[in-house]
Amino acid sequence: MFQHDRLNNEITLFQKIKNLDYILLISVILLSALSVFVMYSTDGGEILFHTKNHFVKLVVFFPLMIFVAFFNIKFWHNFSYIIYIIIILLLVYVSFFGIMSSGSQRWMDLYLFVLQPSELMKVAIIMCLAKYYHRLKLENVNSFTSIMIVLSIILIPIIFVISQPDLGTSILIALSGLIILWLGGVKVKYFIYSFITFLISLPFIISFLKPYQKLRILTFLDPDRDPLGAGYQIIQSKIAIGSGGLDGKGFLKGTQSYLDFLPEKHTDFIFTLFSEEFGFIGSVGLLILYSIIIFRIVRIGSISRSNFARLFCFGYAFAIFIYIVVNLSMVLGLLPIVGSPLPIMSYGGSSMLATMIGFGIVLSAKINHKQMIA
Amino acid sequence: MIKSNSGIRKADVINRRMFIIGAGKVVVFVGIVARLFSLQINENKKYLTLSDKNRIREWRLPPTRGNIVDYFGNVIAGNLKVYQLHIIPEQVENFSYLLVRLKNLLNLSDKKITKINKLKAELKPWDSIIVSENLSWSQFVKINNYLYDLVGAKPVMTISRNYPFKDVYTHVLGYVSQPNEQEILDNQTIQERFVPGMKIGKLGLEKRLENHLIGTNAIQRYEVNAYGKRINQLEHQKGEQGSKIRLTVDTEIQKACGELLNEKAGSISVMDIYTGDIIAMYSSPSYDPNLFLFGISQDEWQLIRNNPLKPLINKTLSGLYSPGSTIKPIVALSALENNIIDTKFKVKCTGKMELYGQTFHCWKEKGHGWVSLKNAMKQSCDTYFYEVARLLGVDRLSITAEKFGLGKKVLGDYFDIEKKGLFPTTKWKKNNLGRGWVLGETLITGIGQGYIQSTPLQLCMMTAQIANGGYAIKPKIIVDNKPISYEDAKQSMESGLLFDLDSEFLLDKKLFKNKKNIKIVQEAMFSSTNERFGTSYKSRIDDPKYQFAGKTGTAQVKRISKRERELDLELEQIPYKDRDHALYVAYGPYVNPRYALSIIVEHGGSGSKAAAPIAKKLFKLIIDRHELRNKQSNFERITV
Repeated sequence: MFQHDRLNNEITLFQKIKNLDYILLISVILLSALSVFVMYSTDGGEILFHTKNHFVKLVVFFPLMIFVAFFNIKFWHNFSYIIYIIIILLLVYVSFFGIMSSGSQRWMDLYLFVLQPSELMKVAIIMCLAKYYHRLKLENVNSFTSIMIVLSIILIPIIFVISQPDLGTSILIALSGLIILWLGGVKVKYFIYSFITFLISLPFIISFLKPYQKLRILTFLDPDRDPLGAGYQIIQSKIAIGSGGLDGKGFLKGTQSYLDFLPEKHTDFIFTLFSEEFGFIGSVGLLILYSIIIFRIVRIGSISRSNFARLFCFGYAFAIFIYIVVNLSMVLGLLPIVGSPLPIMSYGGSSMLATMIGFGIVLSAKINHKQMIA
Repeated sequence: MIKSNSGIRKADVINRRMFIIGAGKVVVFVGIVARLFSLQINENKKYLTLSDKNRIREWRLPPTRGNIVDYFGNVIAGNLKVYQLHIIPEQVENFSYLLVRLKNLLNLSDKKITKINKLKAELKPWDSIIVSENLSWSQFVKINNYLYDLVGAKPVMTISRNYPFKDVYTHVLGYVSQPNEQEILDNQTIQERFVPGMKIGKLGLEKRLENHLIGTNAIQRYEVNAYGKRINQLEHQKGEQGSKIRLTVDTEIQKACGELLNEKAGSISVMDIYTGDIIAMYSSPSYDPNLFLFGISQDEWQLIRNNPLKPLINKTLSGLYSPGSTIKPIVALSALENNIIDTKFKVKCTGKMELYGQTFHCWKEKGHGWVSLKNAMKQSCDTYFYEVARLLGVDRLSITAEKFGLGKKVLGDYFDIEKKGLFPTTKWKKNNLGRGWVLGETLITGIGQGYIQSTPLQLCMMTAQIANGGYAIKPKIIVDNKPISYEDAKQSMESGLLFDLDSEFLLDKKLFKNKKNIKIVQEAMFSSTNERFGTSYKSRIDDPKYQFAGKTGTAQVKRISKRERELDLELEQIPYKDRDHALYVAYGPYVNPRYALSIIVEHGGSGSKAAAPIAKKLFKLIIDRHELRNKQSNFERITV
């Protein structure tokens, strides 16, 4: 114990900087730079509102990531529950006093920018559950009490988020939580049983969906049933991606986005524009960049001494992976349309803030990978 | 330490489970790459096409109609730049404000405003609405001055049909106007090329030659955004102007015909006796076809429609008249050909002829005395021709008449309004009226009255075929791809080439049995115009260069009662509707003839007073222009 404490105390600022994961850092910088260029293209080749704001956010949130990284992982472990509770409170606040926009109430006005607490919950849930499983004895993982507790931890924020309503984010929160359960050692058969139960109750769940959500599922199954209405987004998205071809139409030359055929091109459909302009090669390149990031996070997790850091990194890597998969599957027409941003690339402050904080904690785990947590 | 051990065991669990997830991640990413590959590589072509379909929109412009030119290449139906005002609804900020402004600037009627609003509801927001098809220059300038205040209004310069000679060619050319639905459906070519604002031929050659004149659409391609707004102009595909069509007509002569028939109802036709070229074909009164281009106003339309002289009727082709005495050359020829009479045959004219208790009057009450063919023709003695017709019989007469073109369409299917007229036979009467032929009817047929009906163009063609020595010609108004010059045609007729079956450019028939008979008729017609007591002696021209031969005709429009005959009223005393039609057919110059003409003045009175003087004025011009025309025969050959 003594040895570890000494080790902990010995880390200086210089060592912290030295211990940063530079491959991860460079990948994030590359991704950020790329996102600015793509945002510039969505603005029609001009530095307009979206490009400016996106750039400013990067400039603010990137140092924030380093700042987060410089806190000891132990600190984040200690504050995990509190952070989770604070964000639950924010969700409660939003559900009463939040800003309404396009039919849902998700945002709170912080004067400088508008915060979407549900995005932060995507990271907080991982922290909270990582801490819970870190502290839970392996023997108790499959006890009834512990499973009830973790399910409650997952369900409470989801209830708030779903009532905003925001199906996309609640699914992502649920998946981020469930992965920690999986990593924590919950029995495989529980997952299989729940999955079977889910399939059986699916028609029942669907009957509870809002009409527009049902429409999205119908549209996903057959986009051509209403090509100018519900199917418009996905059809135009596929046209944009498909017409990109091997090497794309060229930077700033994506006609689908330039001529406004693409909906939501700044946010959820940003990949469509990227893929139209940079083609198959560019798209695979972007996937490789994301894969490097995910791999580095997994690697940091696997060298971490504490199970909190390990669980967080693995969980967060999976979360990033899931964000990418859900977003790409959506724009490629493999999943129904659910609102989900592409990490870093999509325009949106809260999502970027949450992502950067997540990276920051991962980097903190890297700097303090030898740190044991009691 | 136990705790630490449990931590390590826990780490093992986490790592193992992470490994399973990691494998899953790889599989999912590979799946996404596969999907990307299928969209971007396999189906790239399909999506590229869809993307172009999204962004490129085509606008077809109205095609430019081909010009119609006269024999000398003067444009008689051309295209003119016009200034129009269009509104593009999607660019308008405030539609009702714009309409109020335009209403004030252009004095638009309330009806027009309603129409614009209706169009706006029907058309797509990027389709232009034509507010005014033909702005005057001052209106155009005014619009341009206020353009800053007229967002969404677009002054446009475009081309429109134009008839520079106004009413001169109306009955030949017809006019163009907006097509109705049926007209679009009826014509495949129009259907393919139709765009709003396009005009099609409604009448005459403009209608008949629609598919040649129409031209092809120019296509403008624009890159448009998702809202249909034009962003960039892409390549422009030029349309081809419709074919140029050259007519055989001579504008100078056509114009002169119009002037000579000014304020009269009637028709003049002039024809080349060898080539069959129609030199002029004027129906009077005419009207200005330019009025129809942008929709004729109700007042102007009523004025044309209600004119008692009936300008809407093409009298040359669909006016049916009794030929009157102008038929006499054919009666004489038929009798000669059938050996009924010879030049010595004489009839005593006492001013009337009795037949089965019915009296048939000669126009000259006192009678002409003993007359031979030549004198009978010269003085147009009716009694002589009653007798000849009686001897000849209507059936034999009709054979000759039909050979010379009576009772048949002259221009074939070029004008659907052309009438074929009628030359009666005994059989015809039996079949159509169900009664037997009466000899008295033969008599009046002999002087061109009764059932017989002919168009002015038929009379012209009949005269031309007598003038050229009795050879069939095929009249035409369009210079075709094998134009024959006057010289070629004349030579081939004279040298008998005509009967060479390989000779393509002339019809294959001589119309006479004995050439001498034609000559006799020609001489008789000459004397009618150029010898004392001839009916058209007063209208003669002595100069051999212009000297012509002709035959007058006066066609009764109603039976003259005994009382009227005794009254012997002056023309002005008879109600207009009851006055005789004045006719004249002629050809000239007498030596070496070139052209034939027919003149009809409706209700003009006698042929010698009302019609023949017109021929005198016209012949000089026709002959003077012959040399010019002859030079022109090697003019660019335009095909139809």
